[in-house]
Amino acid sequence: MSDILIKFLLASGTLFIMFNIAGLLTWVERKQSALMQDRIGANRASIFGFKAMGLFHAIADVLKMLSKEEFVPAGANKFLFNLAPYLSVTFALVGFAAIPIGNQLIMGARVIELQAANLNIALIYIFAMMSMGVYGVVLAGFSSNSNYAFLGGMRGAAQMIAYEITMGAAIMGVIMVFNTLDLQQLVRAQGEYLLGGWLPKWGIFVQPLAFILFLTAATAETKRTPFDLPEGESEIIGYFVEYSGMKFGMFFLADLVETVLVAALMTTLFLGGWQVLYLHPDGFHFPWGAIMTLPHLAVVGLGVLAFFLKVSFFIWFLMAVRWTLPRFRYDQLMNLGWKILLPVSLINIAVTAIIIILLR
Amino acid sequence: MENPNEKRRQELEKYFDKKGPFVFLRVAQMKRAWQQKNRRELTWWESTYIPTVVSGIWLTSKHFFRNLTLHILHTVGLFKDIPASATYQYPEQPRPLAKRLRTRHRLMKREDGTPRCVACMMCETVCPARCIEITATEHPDPNVEKQPAEFILDLGKCVYCGFCVEVCPEDAIRMDTGKLDTSEYSRESMIYDKKRLMEE
Ligand code: SF4
Ligand code: SF4
Repeated sequence: MSDILIKFLLASGTLFIMFNIAGLLTWVERKQSALMQDRIGANRASIFGFKAMGLFHAIADVLKMLSKEEFVPAGANKFLFNLAPYLSVTFALVGFAAIPIGNQLIMGARVIELQAANLNIALIYIFAMMSMGVYGVVLAGFSSNSNYAFLGGMRGAAQMIAYEITMGAAIMGVIMVFNTLDLQQLVRAQGEYLLGGWLPKWGIFVQPLAFILFLTAATAETKRTPFDLPEGESEIIGYFVEYSGMKFGMFFLADLVETVLVAALMTTLFLGGWQVLYLHPDGFHFPWGAIMTLPHLAVVGLGVLAFFLKVSFFIWFLMAVRWTLPRFRYDQLMNLGWKILLPVSLINIAVTAIIIILLR
Repeated sequence: MENPNEKRRQELEKYFDKKGPFVFLRVAQMKRAWQQKNRRELTWWESTYIPTVVSGIWLTSKHFFRNLTLHILHTVGLFKDIPASATYQYPEQPRPLAKRLRTRHRLMKREDGTPRCVACMMCETVCPARCIEITATEHPDPNVEKQPAEFILDLGKCVYCGFCVEVCPEDAIRMDTGKLDTSEYSRESMIYDKKRLMEE
């Protein structure tokens, strides 16, 4: 009974945190883009005179979207039209279940893994869920009975399939190095050290090429600039052109949730997840010999903190990319995906395999 | 009085100054010009997009961290004279106007408070938008002869050309109030009468 309760608390906690981060991202996006472009950004919404640096704009947006008319275009397939935004958000959200946000917490005789779902195929599960996300896009484009939406949906499908393959091929190297599909095990394996204990065995250091490939493909997966062709505000508006009110808001939210998911995944795979540099289960063991013991709770807390800091860094980076680079042309996008990233990721697999066999 | 525009110009000059903090903008400009002159095929390294992506993100991140630091310093009251953004917070912080900018009209007054206008109808005649409508009446002073009983100016029609000011023989109408926000809820309230025009 209490096992179920703990699982429930863990799952709802993860969902709560991730949802809030995604909601906060609308604010982060506005403010960060403003700072990057020498502007100030949204700062007018106020409650009793408090402006809180424009934080209330996120609430104002949600209220606006909730109170808008739900418009369904004539000739649209009503069922699929209504289903599409839910699919988008749901598949983006369920991925978080398998992301480990911390090491195991030992309370008395009970060992709690800080991971909502303790799957031994977590990586495959997340990838399955992420590729299901394309159904939201395709269905939205297909069911709205609009040429622009259809074009956006088709673009989205082609793009996401192309980059999905690269993404899968890129993590093959990581899986080969760490020899596991369980994300908790994978993070634990990244706690080892190379070069006489100085360099952590994080994914980014053992698989740098895979990191760049994954970063590119994952940015494409979130459908944001420079890979925002399914949306392409200035040319076709995109697969959600016929949506209004909160259903449009859900597509918007799905994008942001996917950004958080991708950032969390990159942290887990390449930046050591909840690993803190030189922190072992009983405290810090520095490579020059110094030892600093810490209580168990502090170690776990530091791990969770480190995880969220790394995720924030990746979110910052993805936002910076989104507000810096221009959009690709469609043929450039396809060329990049099929002719450059895919072959390079295959070469990466081959080279990694050879090195692993030679080292054995 | 110091010209606010001059100050703005100096600020902009600082922006593009060789020694200023934005020298990299200048360098990027020069580099682009050089590249335009010497066009060629991309090298292998360039066609991976990595150098351009990195330099682009480097540029925007520099702006990001510079402005973030300045905003934080501003909240604790330091370095207020270095702006953290290039924008004006409009209603609270109006843009500096040029001295000779044509803004909303006003009617000048004599020392006794009557309008300086002698109802010569010059402005009404010259106005290209036909938005001035004057009703003349006699002035008690025989040297002045005429004065406007009513002076109606429809700002909804006015094109702010300034001809009325140029043509006036008495310097009775001026466009120097510095007011640009003539926004109203109806067209009728955009029509200014003598009283409103003489208010300032
Ligand atoms: S500024 Fe031009 S348009 Fe406006 S009232 Fe004067 S003459 Fe007419
Ligand atoms: S030109 Fe000058 S004096 Fe003549 S009517 Fe117009 S405001 Fe009055």
